[in-house]
Amino acid sequence: MTTTDLIIGPQHPALHEPERFVLKLDGEYVVDVVPRIGYVHRGIEKAAELRSYIQDVYLIERICGICNVSHSLVYVQTVEALQGFEIPPRAAYLRTVVHELNRIHSHLLLLGVVGELFGFDTLFMYLWRDRELVMDVVESITGNRLISAFNVLGGVARDVGPSQISEAKRAMEYLRGRMKFYKKVFAEDPTVEKRSKGVGILKPSSALSLCAVGPVIRGSGIKTDLRADDPYAAYGEIPFNVITYDTNDSWARFMVRVDEVFESIGIIEYALDHLPDGPIRARFPRRVREGEAVGRVEAPRGELINHIISKGGDKPYRFKCRTPTLANILAACEMIRGGQIADVPVSLSSIDPCFSCEDRLAIIDVSKGERYSARIRDLMAKYGASR
Amino acid sequence: MGLPKFISEALRAVARRPFTLMYPFERREPPEGYRGKQVFDLSKCINCGLCAMDCPAFAIEMVEIGGKKWPKLYMDRCVFCYQCAASCPKNVISSSKLYELAGTSRSNLVISPEPPAMEGGGA
Repeated sequence: MTTTDLIIGPQHPALHEPERFVLKLDGEYVVDVVPRIGYVHRGIEKAAELRSYIQDVYLIERICGICNVSHSLVYVQTVEALQGFEIPPRAAYLRTVVHELNRIHSHLLLLGVVGELFGFDTLFMYLWRDRELVMDVVESITGNRLISAFNVLGGVARDVGPSQISEAKRAMEYLRGRMKFYKKVFAEDPTVEKRSKGVGILKPSSALSLCAVGPVIRGSGIKTDLRADDPYAAYGEIPFNVITYDTNDSWARFMVRVDEVFESIGIIEYALDHLPDGPIRARFPRRVREGEAVGRVEAPRGELINHIISKGGDKPYRFKCRTPTLANILAACEMIRGGQIADVPVSLSSIDPCFSCEDRLAIIDVSKGERYSARIRDLMAKYGASR
Repeated sequence: MGLPKFISEALRAVARRPFTLMYPFERREPPEGYRGKQVFDLSKCINCGLCAMDCPAFAIEMVEIGGKKWPKLYMDRCVFCYQCAASCPKNVISSSKLYELAGTSRSNLVISPEPPAMEGGGA
């Protein structure tokens, strides 16, 4: 069978970030897809090794603007695990609240973008209007509407007062009413149904074998959520449900996110009602003891892993970050395979891609046109770099 | 069906005020504790340089005036994380609600230190 190549990206109207996908087409249908990552590699892992642990909090927070709280949370948790440090209970609850606010705003952002990709711009506008409400709550709690700078080593940066708590609760109550409306729209609207039901199928077996994470794997009916499976911050004390849908299509992945917003609202209300008294941060040493630690959190897009090696001192020896999009990108290719070209943008966006977060460095021998892997030790020996 | 529902939502919105504001004629007051332009109270500064050391954006430089080093902030590099304020042992740095910091020149985005008049004449 002869196929035609269709190249999507690195610059393409359907992608919000530069990444390349080569589609092998048989007429309208996609037979195969080859992803090519690495266009927006920023070298943050290396930069983190050159800065102190305190400076790294703000650098790593900027790996992803949308899920910045997850990135700073997993980093501070990993460094605290390295040091064997316990944070005060109030700090754990406040981290949970801001983490969930972050999740709500990330999910609403994606659902709005999806509305736009469906050609349902009204949905996009209204969802983003209601998302502003969450941003206002984040602004009043953390001091900035997006990049929160809230998680710091040893606790959180600032406390919340009674007025902020009542404002947040009012906003959550209003948002719950709005989300009931949006859930009806996503469940019943003909545009949403035609564009996402039965489109981008990811079977549970392939979701597992491709190591999908987050709402992608939960949309294939597999119940896995780090907040329940391996509780961190205050999740062990807060009741909530793990949402799964079993229709395996793009619609299931969107509905998982819609329902997760309800769960997040519940978590925020419970945490604010049961906020323990006490200090919000404990003094964290500047120098971290020698060792190695792995931390993980459930970011809005899925499991986010940090691995830090310390040789003592005030800078990490090695910082490694695995973002959820890197885990989901093969699952996205599986969804696209067998579908039509017109469904590619919706299937891709159903994993909530964040390409610049996941980009990795590829070493290419220009004279031979070959890609190869190398150990950092060999590269340093070859180019004379030193730590 | 969902479509009629959205039509009724849109019709209701016609009667409502727009959600957006007519900036710059209308401005929103930032909430309490907003991380805007920094305010330095150098009379409390002990010239330790911790703010410059911990700044993740390398936006603070310690410049020498009268024999002592004082913090000079480059707001074009600043990421407004307020780690400097957290690191400061004397609470020299506080936040203001000023957020309209766009300008046409980078030199306007520098907060130069104005050390308090020193006893003994300094250097």
